Amino acid sequence: MKTILLIAGKDLRQRLRDRSAYLQAIVLPLALAFIYNLIFGSAATPRPFEYAVADLDRGLVSQAFTNQVLPSIEQDGYIKIRLVGTREEAASLAKEGTVDAAFVVQQGFPSTAGIDIVASPDSPTGVEVARSIARSFVSELNAVQLAVAATKPGDATQDELVQRALATASPLLVRDISAQEKILSLQTYFAAGMAVFFLFFTVQYGVSSILDERNLGTLVRLLAAPIPARTILAGKLATSFLLGLISMALLVVATSLLMGAEWGDPAGVALLIICGILAATGVTAVVASLARTPESAGSWQAVTAVVLGLLGGAFFPISQVGGIMSTLSLLTPHAWFLRGLSDMAGGASALAVLPSAAALLAFAAATIGIAVIRLSKVLQP
Amino acid sequence: MSCHDLRRNYGKLVAVNGVSFDIRPAETYGLLGPNGAGKTTVISIIAGVLQADAGQVTVAGRPITPRAIGAKAAIGYVPQELALYPDLTGRENLRFFAKLYGLRSSETKRRVDEVLGIIGLSERAGQLVSTYSGGMKRRLNIAAGLLHRPNLLILDEPTVGVDPQSRNAILGNIETLAREGMAVLYTTHYMEEAQRLCDRVGVLDEGKLIAEGTVRELTAMVGEQDRVRLTVAAEPQELARRLNASDLGHSAAVDGNEITLLVKDAPTALPAILDLAGQTVRSVIVEEPDLEAVFLHLTGKSLRD
Repeated sequence: MKTILLIAGKDLRQRLRDRSAYLQAIVLPLALAFIYNLIFGSAATPRPFEYAVADLDRGLVSQAFTNQVLPSIEQDGYIKIRLVGTREEAASLAKEGTVDAAFVVQQGFPSTAGIDIVASPDSPTGVEVARSIARSFVSELNAVQLAVAATKPGDATQDELVQRALATASPLLVRDISAQEKILSLQTYFAAGMAVFFLFFTVQYGVSSILDERNLGTLVRLLAAPIPARTILAGKLATSFLLGLISMALLVVATSLLMGAEWGDPAGVALLIICGILAATGVTAVVASLARTPESAGSWQAVTAVVLGLLGGAFFPISQVGGIMSTLSLLTPHAWFLRGLSDMAGGASALAVLPSAAALLAFAAATIGIAVIRLSKVLQP
Repeated sequence: MSCHDLRRNYGKLVAVNGVSFDIRPAETYGLLGPNGAGKTTVISIIAGVLQADAGQVTVAGRPITPRAIGAKAAIGYVPQELALYPDLTGRENLRFFAKLYGLRSSETKRRVDEVLGIIGLSERAGQLVSTYSGGMKRRLNIAAGLLHRPNLLILDEPTVGVDPQSRNAILGNIETLAREGMAVLYTTHYMEEAQRLCDRVGVLDEGKLIAEGTVRELTAMVGEQDRVRLTVAAEPQELARRLNASDLGHSAAVDGNEITLLVKDAPTALPAILDLAGQTVRSVIVEEPDLEAVFLHLTGKSLRD
């Protein structure tokens, strides 16, 4: 163990003298997480869509829409409505971009006319939401009308039927079912995504330095020393692990303090980080074992890190794509690392990360096993 | 150190073919041979870096193999290529290698200072090795093999690419170590180094040890033969063939425009040689018997081939 730490200490000293190490392990992931958070963080907490509403019918049903349905959504904070008197005024506000769209409830609604949506060219999403609200209301209305048509005369008075219809005229158009306890905040997501993405670059140095030692001629001297060859390999793996640990620890602290990332229960985070570093070390070690030179190892490790990072959802939540991509993402340590953090989000205990930690350990065991077998051959000059 | 019947093949290539020799304490043993003779393979096996296909090595009575961890501590190995970390200082390099050989912290500090003094690098010890000259790196490379006071120091061509001043310093250091009782295995293709340092010399050619003995014993093998070096303007191969065919000398070898010929009595034979060579001769050097002549006599090749 002493010799393993001696080799790892020497490697760390060498690595920390290279300024690019700090750039790769700390500055870049922090900067990218910060930038992603700025870009997507603001998009994820949008201002409420603003709509102009012109009720040209002023009938019982149109008023149900303008006075009950829209205000109830407004109350939830998703939209803002501005009542206007004419179609022209509503259309003008939409075209100017003052509002995202305009609802024009035409005279004769709902029997002879409908609801027009005047779109603002600058807000396609806002327009879609407006269409959805209108479509949903009309569908609901149609359902009520069918129900009324199917009612036998004498079952109820007309007033009773109208009251029943009005009672069901406020459809649940938007409902937040994001299950806060299973979703990471954007700050945490990007902090964790960038941290695990760059982890695969940070840990490269240790395992690839076997090839550097061979190029440098120092591997022969290590092999001539009174230490087992496997100690050299263990020293290199320890270097990768320690580099990963330093980088991840600094990133967790920095993103928590600077970006407000909430990583979760420290014990769970620590377990996930340790398992994640082992998996990253194993994957990069396998790639290094397939290369002949440090340069080719570096290139292939970078390709591997980028592909696994993209597939694993380090840049965006790939699980939301669904289907085969979501399944494929589980072939990457990144996805398990992020899933583990998600499982812990919202105050769950450290135990929630155990399935993900187990998956990461399985990655680590398989890849480190393969790497050790292959790299043992490198240790034979 | 004792090695017996060492054999090592690389595929169909026989790199080492039944090499056996011993080195006694305080003895400097030179392993001479041209490039590709198998010197580095032999010493890699002796250093415990490479597994022999057959044969046995013992150092201080213990068998040496790549897995003989404890026994390796008796050996200091200085590889042919510089084996140093350029992004560490000289002192950091030595400290790392000292600890790798199990020296305790206090002993490491004392020994590193001592060795830095021996190789004359104390003042530059705190600077990165990447800033050192070639000669300084060579000296540090040797120092890294001395830290743990090995019974056997193996030096694989330690002076390759070194300036004359550094070379002299390196040879002086090795002489001092041998005087202090260390056994030294030294490979080189510089015959003058072997003549200066080595108590005994083994001549290796095509993986076989073809001769062994003191410098005096080996030069006696070629008899009282002088070496005549002729530099010619043209057709050295043809002239070498004619000289070998004549009774003026033998073992004529060509290196560029230079022909080296072994002659029994150079002053007597020289006029006839020049007569045979004709007007193509540009210069003539006559040398008394040395290891180069021995090698030429034994193999028909120059050591620098």
